[in-house]
Amino acid sequence: MNSSDLSRLWNDARIRRIAIQVILVALVVFCFWWLISNTSQNLDKLNKSIGFDFLSQNAGFQIAPTLGTWLFSYEVGQSTYWDVYLIGIINTLLVAVLGIIAATVIGFLVGIMRLSNNIIFRSFATVYIELLRNIPLLLQLFFWYFTVLRSLPDKRGKVDLIPGAVSVNLEGLFLPFPIWHSGAGFAGIILLIAAISALYMRAKSRSKQLMTGHPLAIWRITAGIFAAACLMIVVSVGIPMEWSQPTFIETGPILKQGFDKATAIMIIPEMLAVWFALTLYTAAFIAENVRSGILAVSKGQTEAANALGLSTGQTLRLIVIPQAMRVIVPPLTSQYLNLTKNSSLAVAIAYPELVSIFAGTAMNQVGKEIEMFFMMMVVYLTFSLLTSAFMNWFNHRSKLVER
Amino acid sequence: MKNLPLIVIVLVIGGGLGYFLGGGNEQAVEQEAAMETSSESTLEAVKAKGYVQCGVSQGLPGFSNADDNGNWTGIDVDLCRGVAAAVFGDADKVRFTPLSAKQRFTALSSGEIDILSRNTTWTMTRDTQLGLNFAGVNYYDGQGMMVPSSLGVTSATELDGANICTNTGTTTELNITDYFRANNMSFELVAFEKADEVVAAYDAGRCDVYTTDRSGLAAQRTKLTNPDAHFVLPEIISKEPLGPVVRQGDDQWFNIVRWSLNAMINAEELGVTQSNVGSMMGSDNPSIKRLLGEEGNFGEELGLSNDWAANLIKAVGNYGESYDAHVTPLGLARGVNALWSDGGILYAAPIR
Ligand SMILES: N[C@@H](CCC(=O)N[C@@H](CS)C(=O)NCC(=O)O)C(=O)O
Repeated sequence: MNSSDLSRLWNDARIRRIAIQVILVALVVFCFWWLISNTSQNLDKLNKSIGFDFLSQNAGFQIAPTLGTWLFSYEVGQSTYWDVYLIGIINTLLVAVLGIIAATVIGFLVGIMRLSNNIIFRSFATVYIELLRNIPLLLQLFFWYFTVLRSLPDKRGKVDLIPGAVSVNLEGLFLPFPIWHSGAGFAGIILLIAAISALYMRAKSRSKQLMTGHPLAIWRITAGIFAAACLMIVVSVGIPMEWSQPTFIETGPILKQGFDKATAIMIIPEMLAVWFALTLYTAAFIAENVRSGILAVSKGQTEAANALGLSTGQTLRLIVIPQAMRVIVPPLTSQYLNLTKNSSLAVAIAYPELVSIFAGTAMNQVGKEIEMFFMMMVVYLTFSLLTSAFMNWFNHRSKLVER
Repeated sequence: MKNLPLIVIVLVIGGGLGYFLGGGNEQAVEQEAAMETSSESTLEAVKAKGYVQCGVSQGLPGFSNADDNGNWTGIDVDLCRGVAAAVFGDADKVRFTPLSAKQRFTALSSGEIDILSRNTTWTMTRDTQLGLNFAGVNYYDGQGMMVPSSLGVTSATELDGANICTNTGTTTELNITDYFRANNMSFELVAFEKADEVVAAYDAGRCDVYTTDRSGLAAQRTKLTNPDAHFVLPEIISKEPLGPVVRQGDDQWFNIVRWSLNAMINAEELGVTQSNVGSMMGSDNPSIKRLLGEEGNFGEELGLSNDWAANLIKAVGNYGESYDAHVTPLGLARGVNALWSDGGILYAAPIR
């Protein structure tokens, strides 16, 4: 092979392409090999081995009562490290999802207020955004947590938010839970049928509006459908549900006083503080995204809508926001990812999410750093890929709607 | 190049993943950095960089606590300063890394620190499964419980139904769980990463009980708004031998740390103090001669100079002096931590 052959080879786009790919793959494989061999060599030195056997060992520590411990009926001495992992995932997911919902609502409100003509709204929004974006999240977390703690009575006292139903004290927020009676399944099916019919009528109203310009009286129809459904349920099975009665114990051993946890749902203050802090912090960023999204919609659109006689609310809802969504959605996705990632700060205030109980408590017991970090990476990666996928789908959809 | 974008995506995802995991990844990177140099012995590495990197608590008076100027004091700190004096003849050639209970073992096994001297309990799991070695015990402790006096509780057996605050990643989480299970009592555990938050939450009334090592209770109590309104229950529910820790696989460094601690304890037994170490140099007592390097070559066998222990004692004093300076002010008497010859269980192997 002489040099002209070589240069011919190089100039052949197909061969060059393959060569580059082979080199890249080789590099990647080499990097992985190097990492793995180095790691196992060094683990050998420390007398440690790689393996996931620990997941079936029993975990010997208590975890604060949360959605995760309830779902998996966590019990010390029976539950395994695998359960601890799942509980961590559920608890992380819980604050992430609740946080994303609340932050989106607040973020949109504040973002719109920021552009309001009303000076009070506008300055409130400005102060909110500037303040919350510029104070580190960890400080805000501590602020909410310790403000919540300091302002509440301990577990032997309570503040009633809705007397007889919703109360709060240092142990948490206590809510009644629904108790289903026989007939609940029947009621569920009836309500489902009602919901489907309502959706169907809605679609029908849409198409009628498109054809004739006049919609059906959709709200009245919906109300009628549900009223009929409720009547049917009450007549045939009565009301198949009641609320539990949170019981507050004021006598007996001092440490047993307080709410009887069998009679209420308890939401621990750590969870509330994490949720508040993540929501309010992320909402400030979302508000900015919303603002710039709205500003990106040309003024002519608003003017045209005004000229057509749409109210400010209608203009926003029907004209501006749908177009602004194209600009808002991509940065919104990264805010959602940030929120999920930031939920790991919760370890600071004892909310038992993934980093706290799995990378914290459990890792200190079994010492499988590499395996456990890998397992956590899988979780966070899955979260972010799913979020991105959903948002891409949503983005695509809002683009089509605009046409 | 149809697949090139795919490969780039794979690489970007990998990188993104690292970024996404922020804290975790930092440790991983440090781990790799440490791994490259791990063929070198710890002593060589320490000498090459010129200081000992010592992992301590984030602030536990008596054991390791920083003042406003960033000067660290405490018996755990003295041990590290002592090792620095033994290696370099200069106790200031040490740097401190404050670590939470949760971070400490990863910091040590990844090579971020050379010694972990952070009120760490010697347990079998830690010794055998975490790739660590305990070099001795510098404080014999046990887990205790503190409650607000206003609860009127006088014994741990009355704690059924309690909310309990503690630190994540400690032995205390396991001990307290065992204790309540064994006594058929229910409880709820609220576990924080940092001790300061445990104190603050307990102080705010989030928990009925604060549990940790009894020495820790004495120290953390001073941080409460009203220390006198709290009461440490008489029960001791576990054994907590606290001591310095090193990585497995470097016997020389292990020996240096172990014998630095032994030297401090032996010095107390032999009556060698920070102030008299100079005049003790001429002593006829062969044990003292060996300790101070006037007889034998004990220091050289460790890879140090023969005056290693003399330098150590000059810098930080003997065990009793260190204890009196740092732990006694917390109101903790020597108790079991007295020398065996004084009725305690402190008993260091002889230098000979
Ligand atoms: N000795 C126990 C507990 C050690 C521990 O972390 N104690 C806490 C409470 S006393 C502490 O040192 N806090 C100080 C800090 O977080 O820096 C162990 O090794 O697991």
